[in-house]
Amino acid sequence: MPTPDTLPHGGDAPVPRTVVRGAHLIDAHGDHGLHDLWLRDGRIEGLDLDGAAELEVDASGLLVTPAFIDPHVHLRVPGQEEKEDLASGLGAAVAGGYATVISMANTDPVVDDPAIVRALREGAARLGLARLRPAAALSVGLRGERLADYAALRAAGAVMITDDGIPVADSHLQRRACEYARELGLVIQTHSEDPTLRSDGVMHEGRVSQALGLPGNPAEAESIMVFRDCEIARMTGARVHIAHVSSERGLRVVEWFKEQGTNVTCEVTPHHLTLTDAAWERFDPVFKVAPPLREASDVEALRDGARRAVVDCIGTDHAPHTRAEKDRDALAAPFGLPNIEVAFPLLYTELVLSGELELATLLGLLQGGPARVMGWPEPTLEPGASADVVLLDLERERPVEPATFTSKARFSPWEGRLLRGWPQATLVAGRMAFRRASGAPG
Amino acid sequence: MIPGSTPLAETAAKTSRRRHLLDFEGWSRDDVLALLDTTDVMAQVMQRTIKKVPALQGFTIGTLFFEDSTRTRLSFERAARAQSADVISFAAGGSSLSKGESLKDTLRTIDALQADLYVVRHQAAGAPHQIARWTDALVVNAGDGRRAHPTQALLDAYTFRARFEGFDGFAGKRLAIVGDVMHSRVARSNVALWTLLGAEVVLCGPRTLLPAELGQARGVTLTHRVDEALEGAHAVMALRLQHERMTRGLLPSLAEYRQRYQVTRKRMRAAHAGALVMHPGPINRDIELEGALADAPYSVIEAQVANGVPVRMAILYTLLVGSR
Repeated sequence: MPTPDTLPHGGDAPVPRTVVRGAHLIDAHGDHGLHDLWLRDGRIEGLDLDGAAELEVDASGLLVTPAFIDPHVHLRVPGQEEKEDLASGLGAAVAGGYATVISMANTDPVVDDPAIVRALREGAARLGLARLRPAAALSVGLRGERLADYAALRAAGAVMITDDGIPVADSHLQRRACEYARELGLVIQTHSEDPTLRSDGVMHEGRVSQALGLPGNPAEAESIMVFRDCEIARMTGARVHIAHVSSERGLRVVEWFKEQGTNVTCEVTPHHLTLTDAAWERFDPVFKVAPPLREASDVEALRDGARRAVVDCIGTDHAPHTRAEKDRDALAAPFGLPNIEVAFPLLYTELVLSGELELATLLGLLQGGPARVMGWPEPTLEPGASADVVLLDLERERPVEPATFTSKARFSPWEGRLLRGWPQATLVAGRMAFRRASGAPG
Repeated sequence: MIPGSTPLAETAAKTSRRRHLLDFEGWSRDDVLALLDTTDVMAQVMQRTIKKVPALQGFTIGTLFFEDSTRTRLSFERAARAQSADVISFAAGGSSLSKGESLKDTLRTIDALQADLYVVRHQAAGAPHQIARWTDALVVNAGDGRRAHPTQALLDAYTFRARFEGFDGFAGKRLAIVGDVMHSRVARSNVALWTLLGAEVVLCGPRTLLPAELGQARGVTLTHRVDEALEGAHAVMALRLQHERMTRGLLPSLAEYRQRYQVTRKRMRAAHAGALVMHPGPINRDIELEGALADAPYSVIEAQVANGVPVRMAILYTLLVGSR
């Protein structure tokens, strides 16, 4: 259930009536061909209208589609602004074509206090970049002991409950959280890894980890916890969303529960769809993520799950860190990588251009998929819909250049990779929130 | 060198593992055999009254021990000074690393001292590889996490070659490694080296300490029965058993480990005639190795320690001078 958005996005100044000219329009209802798309007062006004626009945007040669929703980002606010802040994180989001993001609660202090939720929403609304919908902590201080005040957090604008980053070890607490959140209409998101089986693993346990002598984290640590979390979802009837499924077996557990009608959804990340544990052979902690990068067969299973709609949506798990933190050794470096700015070009190039996934399917995983997970209206280009649109250049190829990232985390596992599908502009609630500099290479 | 002025060819050479000794990737059988021959020469130097040659005069060697190991550090420093190299030492204890400084920043600071070669010991696998990417100096891995300890494997192979009666090459020889293989960089490096030299390696231990994936390499077999491992072995290496393995649920008790996996005089009867007993040290007497066996005539454990210096002399010499 969406929280009413009472804060004007981007301030009180009037939103200019805007026309996006010569756009190739695609949304959940199909391919509409070339049109002029008119936006007014933060909403889609209609196609090919007459009259005067205060802002003209040339979209010739570009694909125009509803901007994306990311159910899983780490903005590091409050308390870890050396890694990311609202301006850099939400700026990175619109540069990646996202209009709405859900921020995780594992900050310092933890987002377990309604005042922090309000501050996040107000700060984000003032910036007018991506729209921020904060998640709040499942347990006070992420300590896995006591439930946070869900009703108060929801009233302040929290839309999701999660201890993401730290698996909930206590099954009783997970059950009670689900029961309590259900009546409030909140989504429970789970970081499903058995902490005892995961142990001190820094990468996927398998042939590569044994050869490299790095402590491994077996796929079963995920599948076991996915099973528990799905079983508790079934038991309580709560709206449970499994974050960042990384393994074939984990995904098969989700599918098994879906087949029985359990109200459970799941996401996969861009990195789990494109990288394997073999990346560790250079011992570069940029590849250190939780859950870990798995084997080629897992990547194939996740792609297959995306094709067959077992996967509900893409969640980036954009997890910025400072370069210095990632320049530590493999054991000491933190988990997580930044990816929200490259997510669409990466998935478009690796999955759609390679013929593995239909463009419409990929767009669904970034638009309607996350909206359905959250119980939000499906993003479309129909009159009256929120004017959240992205202009995508599917033709021009350009390399991933971390030095140009808006995110403070200016490193990337895909550095130098040539990609197509770069967002050229993103409008959020009818305002221009991102426009790629015209002098940019490519 | 002025930053950014590195010519392309030099950059390519920098990333080549053969230039360093990180592990045995990129090393050929001939490279290793030449190194063992150089070790013979160095061993002669260590027999002289004056155990010093000017071979590495003018070179500076930095020992970077992010993880404590007095024995290995002393062995490398002896090997450096016996060839008249200057030595600078860095130990992580009390350094700014404990204040959260990145490995790269620490390395940058040390790099300002302009050593020609670093000897790196680190608790994290791959740290020497990371350092090799960030410095123009050469890097010798002195043990990284569970990953590799190549100079230990070289001194093991050298000791075997020198001490096995009627040695006629590594082909057809069988090395049995018994114990906590999972956590052992010594085991991983010996597997890599002995199979490179054409020998077979049998790994033995309880399933909790013996990852099945290690048996997928060519020339390697796994067994959970010590008698089977020792059958026909030309060299038997027992690995040190860390006491914390019991608390982490990997083993039930020392008594049970001893009973099932201890290398004993009785069990050695199944080995090949003249088989040698080895141990990378330090030994837990009467745990992984029957105490009396450590002192048996076919035990070469002391020779392993003594050979550490000439092997490391040969490595330092080969990397710093031999390739130029």
